[in-house]
Amino acid sequence: MTEPHSAVAEHAEHSPYLRHHFDSMEQQFDSATLGMWVFLLTEIMFFGGMFGAYTVYRSMYPAAFASTSMHMNPAFGAANTAVLIVSSLTMALAVRSARLGKQQALQMFLVLTMLFGIAFLVIKGFEYHEHWVDMKVPLFSGHWDYSNTPEFPHQAQYSHQAQILFCFYFFMTGFHALHMLVGVGLMTTILMMARHGIFSKDYFTPVEISGLYWHFVDIVWIFLFPLLYLIGNARKLI
Amino acid sequence: MQVPLFPEAASSIARQVDYLYAYLSVVTIVMTGLIFAVVFFFAVKYRRKSENEMPRPIHGSVILEITWSIIPFIVMLSFFWWGAQIFFANATPPSNAMDVYVVGKQWMWKIQYPEGTREINELHVPIGRPVKLTLASEDVIHSFFIPAFRIKHDVVPGRYDTMWFTATKPGRYHIFCAEYCGTEHSGMVGWVTVMTDSDYENWVAAGGTEGSMAQQGERLFEQYGCSTCHQADQQGRGPNLRGVYGSRIQLTDGRSVQADDAYIRESILNPNSKVTAGYRPDVMPTFQGQISEEQLLQMIVYIKSLANPGAPASTGGRQ
Amino acid sequence: MSTALQTPEVAETPNYLNSEYGWKSWLFTKDHKRIAVLYIISITVMFFIGGIFASLIRIELLTPQGDLVNSGTYNKFFTMHGIVMVFFFLIPSIPATLGNFFLPMQIGAKYLAFPRINLLSWYIYIAGAIFALAAIVLGGVDTGWTFYTPFSSTYSNTFVITAAVGVFIAGFSSILTGLNFIVTVHKMRAPGMTWGRLPLFVWANYATSLIQVLGTPVVAITLALVGLERAFHIGIFDPAIGGDPILFQHMFWFYSHPAVYIMILPGMGVISELVTCFSRKSIFGYPFVAASSLGIAIIGFLVWGHHMFVTGMSMYASLYFSLLTMLVAVPSAIKIFNWTATMFRGSISYDTPMLYAFGFIGLFTIGGLTGLFLATLGVDVHVTDTYFVVAHFHYVMVGGMVLAYLGGMHFWWPKITGRMYPEGWAKFAALLVFAGFNLTFFPQFITGYLGQPRRYHAYAPEFQVLNVMSTAGASVLGLGYIIPLIYFLWSMKYGPKAGNNPWNAKGLEWQTTSPPPTFNFEQTPIVTEDAYAYGSESAPEEAHHHD
Repeated sequence: MTEPHSAVAEHAEHSPYLRHHFDSMEQQFDSATLGMWVFLLTEIMFFGGMFGAYTVYRSMYPAAFASTSMHMNPAFGAANTAVLIVSSLTMALAVRSARLGKQQALQMFLVLTMLFGIAFLVIKGFEYHEHWVDMKVPLFSGHWDYSNTPEFPHQAQYSHQAQILFCFYFFMTGFHALHMLVGVGLMTTILMMARHGIFSKDYFTPVEISGLYWHFVDIVWIFLFPLLYLIGNARKLI
Repeated sequence: MQVPLFPEAASSIARQVDYLYAYLSVVTIVMTGLIFAVVFFFAVKYRRKSENEMPRPIHGSVILEITWSIIPFIVMLSFFWWGAQIFFANATPPSNAMDVYVVGKQWMWKIQYPEGTREINELHVPIGRPVKLTLASEDVIHSFFIPAFRIKHDVVPGRYDTMWFTATKPGRYHIFCAEYCGTEHSGMVGWVTVMTDSDYENWVAAGGTEGSMAQQGERLFEQYGCSTCHQADQQGRGPNLRGVYGSRIQLTDGRSVQADDAYIRESILNPNSKVTAGYRPDVMPTFQGQISEEQLLQMIVYIKSLANPGAPASTGGRQ
Repeated sequence: MSTALQTPEVAETPNYLNSEYGWKSWLFTKDHKRIAVLYIISITVMFFIGGIFASLIRIELLTPQGDLVNSGTYNKFFTMHGIVMVFFFLIPSIPATLGNFFLPMQIGAKYLAFPRINLLSWYIYIAGAIFALAAIVLGGVDTGWTFYTPFSSTYSNTFVITAAVGVFIAGFSSILTGLNFIVTVHKMRAPGMTWGRLPLFVWANYATSLIQVLGTPVVAITLALVGLERAFHIGIFDPAIGGDPILFQHMFWFYSHPAVYIMILPGMGVISELVTCFSRKSIFGYPFVAASSLGIAIIGFLVWGHHMFVTGMSMYASLYFSLLTMLVAVPSAIKIFNWTATMFRGSISYDTPMLYAFGFIGLFTIGGLTGLFLATLGVDVHVTDTYFVVAHFHYVMVGGMVLAYLGGMHFWWPKITGRMYPEGWAKFAALLVFAGFNLTFFPQFITGYLGQPRRYHAYAPEFQVLNVMSTAGASVLGLGYIIPLIYFLWSMKYGPKAGNNPWNAKGLEWQTTSPPPTFNFEQTPIVTEDAYAYGSESAPEEAHHHD
């Protein structure tokens, strides 16, 4: 039996981050990115299920939907959209910095991305709070009130259906916010790793695949925003 | 002990379903037999005789692949075609079908006839006349299944489902609930009795202590205050309902809908979803949760009777 | 008579089983083979739990009245039988056990692409199983494995959320396994192992992984919505406030129909391995068999509505789903024909794995064809929701998948454990399984057409004779399952040692020792021949090693 071929020799020359089940850094990188893409595919199907169900109910109850859209705050939504788009920019710049081996830039862009992510969550918090105060949270008894008000004199008739639609609003944005939280956690880990000098031109795989995840979560929001905030609410914006 | 393979065939389509089933069975048995036989034959004929035997590889044959893809698919298309035909026939009840109303709830079937007779877990029908069942659920999804008629339809809460049949053989046959609905699902069973025409007429005339469904519906119409706005002979705050059932209704948003059972039900439970053109929304209150499914059906039969002033409340092919 | 076993006189070679000892070396392993063994143990436990529920069902159904247990308890029996068997046995079964063990080896890889994610998927499976078992132990769940609303979301008083959480969690195990396989097949193939040379077992698992990755998230979100509805008392699927119970069914079956292909494709992959090895012949129509796996996976996503023909779906939708379902049967038929043609002019031995393959071919044919009965609209209206459906799916899932699993376990047992099982007992058990299975489930086609609805605790007396036959068959079938459990365990200590390749099979996994070393191959193989290159003109060189 020949000695483990060139294993000893190779050990000296390959990156310390090459996992032993891969033959090369390139194979490792390709596998990791393909793995992340497949995972994102599952996420598309997960969110897709919710989007699909929401779309079905919306088309079943157009009048109720029109009434619920009056309670969405497109200002918050737009702010969040801007925040996320900028965060995707900083994320992309972080990945680029990693590819170029620029440690300071990498860390700076990671921090910025995290800050924008946290800003998103904070704005979301304000938005949810507004719904809570407004009694538009059907998930908890005592926090749902869709009776007629001077501002919305005809909405009570849609109360039940609005309840369903609002539930979807909270589930969709809630699951999205959960994914954002995970994203911020990921960024924290990546930042830690960056501070330990782990990344270089030859090895930046975790940055790359976290970037993919971050962009995906951003894209989900890009679909959520028009669907939940813009369509049917055009009047309020103008 | 004799074990039957087929249930009684007591409806106009039962035999057709049986023939199709027999056809499917024959194809299945032939195909299965063929595969079994060929595999068995090969297994015996080509049984390994020595340890070092190494047969020559045969990699494939595109012609064979195409043949044994296309021919089975064509046979399957014949299944599809025949099955679709029966399905089509089942889908639309004849216009002279007599109506019976079935409400399923955990765990019983409540049956009402337009004449006013009511039964629990029993259905009586005349032979030779098409019967259209309107199915409603008070709670979860049930399914109304009569094996002898080879028909089944889910009974879904929140809407009406319909099914129809023509019974062809006198007798008593099982009714089963065929969609799991909770604890006593297997107890939600009953019997359908097929009677001769004259027996049925006598039977249905005898029952109904509270009047016909239309009469009961009319009382409810008064009781719930419907007549306040839907006045008998003039336009009130709500549309006059004479002649409404079965007509085409223009709505405020420009759509037009057929005024059928489902429309009437929805109008009572969720009035603002479809508002008649020329009337304002938010005027009619909703009766969701106040009127039971059975009562809704009675009111629908009453409103139906307003379509043809002078015609008897129950429909059907009686001459 | 099985092929000659080698009785090596050398001391036991280092292999993945003896390389390290201790519970930590197992619970923190990154070795796909050890993870496969962990899965084998877990799913065997779940199988027998599901089997106990099946036995209780069949005992109750000996008599028309509901006299063994009360209705609520019976409803829990069939629900938990379904949940455990579908989500905790059938879905993981072959991919997580034989797939985890042999997919990397068959493509010449030393590892899966993501070894730690593989271990994570096992832990996630265990977490899901704990929730499912908790639901059982706390008092059970009675919604049917299909969780139809509004019964499951509003009316049931049992541990629905607990069970749904268990299934939700187990779904992620399934997703991660599929993800791992996809990346492994794309990126970790040995030199020379082109897509066109992949063993069909790999193709089958790859197609399965596509379904797992695309379909499972949809059932996850569907069950999450049901759970949220129960928790917050809102009415997404409750018609009383405008919810649509049929929407649930569409979402549920969008996953659960492709799921049944997760539950058969790996089995078909095993059968391809068995038929070729025990006919000592290359597969007939390789490209067609490989493509049919992908075809089943893709078309399988387009047919879910055939579970809903009597719900009041539109005529057009019903026609579409019926037609597409006919179409999805074609790739399955192609496989059956190709396996049969492989046997033509082969050299066929009757070892136990081949007996299971024979059984599969026959029983899957019946199961698949009876699926066509259900796809045929006019007949489906009569037989849906009856025992006809129960018989159909047990023919494909037990007569198909379980037989394939047993066949695969017997085939690869010497490789996994280094020991041989007792062939005489194994043949006997295989016959018991075949006979018991048919006696159990064939009468159910008949009672179904006669009108016996499914999920019935008590039934009309005229169905009794056939039900008694069915229970008798179940006893035989149960024995047929218990005997292999016993002799497999026995063989681990007392079975004769198996050589590297007791079946003289092709496939890279047979080029290693039995059991294999931890890193599978000393050197990366270089592949120069097609899969199943039995009887090729050139002396089969196997994989020669590069230095």
